Parts: sequence; structure tokens; C-alpha cells
Amino acid sequence: MIEIINLHKSFNAKQVLCGVNLHIERGETMVVIGGSGSGKSVLIKHIIGLLIPDEGSVRVDGVDIFGLSEGELNNTRKKFGMLFQGAALFDSLSVWENVGFALKEHTDYSKKEIRDIAERKLEMVGLRGSGDLMPSELSGGMRKRVGLARAIAMEPEILLYDEPTTGLDPIMADAINDLIVDMKNKINVTGVAITHDMNSAYKIGDRIAMLYEGRIHGIGTPDEIKMSDDPVIRQFITGSSVGPIKAV
Amino acid sequence: MLAEEVGRGFIMFWQTLSWCFRRPYNLRIIFQQMEAIGFNSLPVVIIMALFTGMVLAIQTYTGFKRFNAENFVGTVVALSVARELGPVLTGLIVSGRAGAAMAAELGTMRVTEQIDALVTLATNPIKYLVVPRFIAGFIVLPLLVIIADIISVIGGYLIAVYVLGANSVIYMRMTTEYIELNDIYGGLLKACVFGVIISTVSCYKGFYAQGGAEGVGRATTGAVVLSMMFVLIANYFMAALLFR
Repeated sequence: MIEIINLHKSFNAKQVLCGVNLHIERGETMVVIGGSGSGKSVLIKHIIGLLIPDEGSVRVDGVDIFGLSEGELNNTRKKFGMLFQGAALFDSLSVWENVGFALKEHTDYSKKEIRDIAERKLEMVGLRGSGDLMPSELSGGMRKRVGLARAIAMEPEILLYDEPTTGLDPIMADAINDLIVDMKNKINVTGVAITHDMNSAYKIGDRIAMLYEGRIHGIGTPDEIKMSDDPVIRQFITGSSVGPIKAV
Repeated sequence: MLAEEVGRGFIMFWQTLSWCFRRPYNLRIIFQQMEAIGFNSLPVVIIMALFTGMVLAIQTYTGFKRFNAENFVGTVVALSVARELGPVLTGLIVSGRAGAAMAAELGTMRVTEQIDALVTLATNPIKYLVVPRFIAGFIVLPLLVIIADIISVIGGYLIAVYVLGANSVIYMRMTTEYIELNDIYGGLLKACVFGVIISTVSCYKGFYAQGGAEGVGRATTGAVVLSMMFVLIANYFMAALLFR
């Protein structure tokens, strides 16, 4: 469904991605793990066209998204929903207006219909009846849930999760993990998540890929990753400061 | 580096301009911005205009008295306010007030990824964020200047007539007699341009802010300084073109 082919990206002479190749199948959840500053965020931002690569391509359903006009790209983006690390809720809009934002911009639904859909999506993430709150009144976990409700408002085929559990307490993190698994089972979306939280990766991932030095260093099911004897992967999943990955 | 910024600025200006002529318009946001830029600036603009008119009356009265031309105080106040001081001072005040607010708001949206979120929701951020501010600035600045002009003339009148003892009838006649509509139109045209400058520069600075809270601060300062500079520079060139 998503093919990332030979992706290169550098910022101010610093090479962040140097030839990433990754195929994501329809219906699976792919988790990309890697240290801070390894380029995970840069990678996920390419998938939805927030960044333009120096070289390489991203194909969604066989179409190279960087060859599209802006209008076509926006149509492709409607297949996606993205949950941002800090949720990125619009703070001038209420919770339900956030969730219904894309519906208001891209559909002919009436205000009442949008409100109803937004409330249904909020119910799916366990936030029934909080549509009238403002984002500033929400806790970190609630913000992520609203972000998720906004991401699924247009019934996307693909969901991108940027560090879904970062900054949450372990229980809230697990609740978000459950929701991500739910999304896959209930609405059958393809997922791409980036994280450095291994608990989360094992729980939500069908496959896990490790990004290291700008390339995919290894890839496998959670069990294969747990059993891996590759020194880089071992060091990362065991969380050791001793090994080939330098802790700066 | 500078060339890159200038280029990016022009691209943004061009995109904004072309989106301005494409429907649908988000009237709710345009009105919100007109309120933020215009209505909320009214108190400052009124005080600025009142005291500018008053000080102009004092200075020209005492100066002109030396060669017995006190009768022309009304003319000088009206002309200098309509052509120069009204639009320029309003432009500077709005740069400081609304320009800073725009840059800070968009900058915060940038560093908290809200602008990225707009893009992922298939919404063009230039159209959604910049165009309403651009249109609001273009409409609202001339309106503010009309108010500033009127208040300044009133301020000048109050001081000249009630403090300095000028003849009220003569003062009013001299205010209206030598001023032409072109003087006022010229000032209003300047105001439109200033509105465009302020909203473009401030949105640009906010839109490309980076580096967290510090970056937003830098963007805000940059927006105010740059808007003020461009307002003053544009003012000279427009004056040279319009009022020869």
C-alpha cells in the first residue's frame, strides 16, 4: 500500500535519511523504532508530503505522491489521518470543531451533522460528551485522544502516529496503545507509527523496523525483533548505553 | 540566506495574492481578523491621533505666529495628517499591535505542528491562515486611517480654538478650503498598502518560525521591526509617486 523507495533527505548539509526503503502492506501496522534524532519524524513526514525528499519517492497505492499537483496531493491526503506528538489541536477551536475540521472544509454536511459525527468519533476514543471543551482544558492523554478522533474523522485508510505514547504516564500510554490496536481491528486501517517506546512497539506493531544511520537497519515481527541478535537492535530494545549506538 | 528569505517571502506573497481571488472565502475568520486588527486597535489609534493633532496645532501655531500666518494652522494640520501622519502613525501602531499578534499566533501554530496538522487535513495553510489576515489588513487599515484623520483634525481644532485662541470659523474654513480629495485618497491608498505589508510580513515571519518558544519570540520581534521598516520605506516611495 505504501512504498518508500530510496528516500534521501538532508538539512543544512546534515544527512538525515540516506536511502530508506520500506514497504507497508495494506491492513498492517508498521512501527518504526529508532533513537532520538535518527530521522523517524522526518520519515513519517515524507509519507504524507509534509516534507519533500532530496531523492527517492513515496508511493501510495502505486502513485508517487511527489509527482502530484497540489490538488491531487490533497486528495491523496484525505486517505490519511495523522496523530501528532503533541496532538497539534487547533487551540482557537473547541474539541468538536477540531474533530470536525476536515468535514467542514471538505464535505457539504450541515453543522449539526458534523457535530454528530464528531461526537461519534469522540465516543470511539472514550471522550463522550467533551465536545464543547477547549483544547487548553484537556490533559495530555485527552489531547492525544482528541487528536486521534480528528485523524479518523474522514474515515482514512491509513493512520500515521508520531510518537503516540511519548509524554504520557504508563497507564495512559497503554490506553492509547489499546486504541491504536482498536483502530486496526474496528475500522481496518493501515498504520504507520514511530516510537522509541518498546512496550508500545510490541503491542501495536505487526512488524517493527529499526531506523539507524539513515537507513532501515532491520525489520521483523515483534517476536523476531525480540529474538534478534543484531547488536544495534539488541542495544536499542534492551535500552543499554553500551554498544554500537552512541549515546551523545 | 537573505536571498532565500526574500524569495520565500515573494513566493508566499504571490500564493496569498492568487488565493485571494479564489472562492470560497472564510468570512468568519476574515471578520475575526478585522476585529483583531482594526476594532481592537481603535483605542490606541484614537489616542495617537488626538495627541498628534493637538501637538501639530501647538507647534504650527507658535511657528507660524512668527510670520503672522496663524490662520493656516488648520490647513497644515489637515494636510499633514491626511497625507502623512494619519497613515504612517496608524501603520506603525498596527505593526506593533496586530503584526506582533499575527506573528506570535502563526509562529506558535508552526512550532506546535498545528500548521502541519492543517496540511495533513488537506487544507492549504496559506489559504486558511494567511489570506483572511491579508484581506482584513487591506480593508481595515484605511478605515482606521479615516478615523485617525478625523480625530486628529478635531484635536487640532480643540487646541487651536480653545487653548491658543484661534478663530473657530476661520480655522474650520482653512481646514477644508485647501485640502483636496486627492490628499485624502492618497493617504488611504497608502493605508491599503501598509495593511498588505503588515499582514504579509507578520504572517511570513510567523509561518516560518522555528525553534520553540524562543523562535516564536524572534519571529514576533522580526515581524514588528520589519513591518515598521517596510511601512516607512514604502511611505517615502508612495509619497514621491502620489504627491508630486
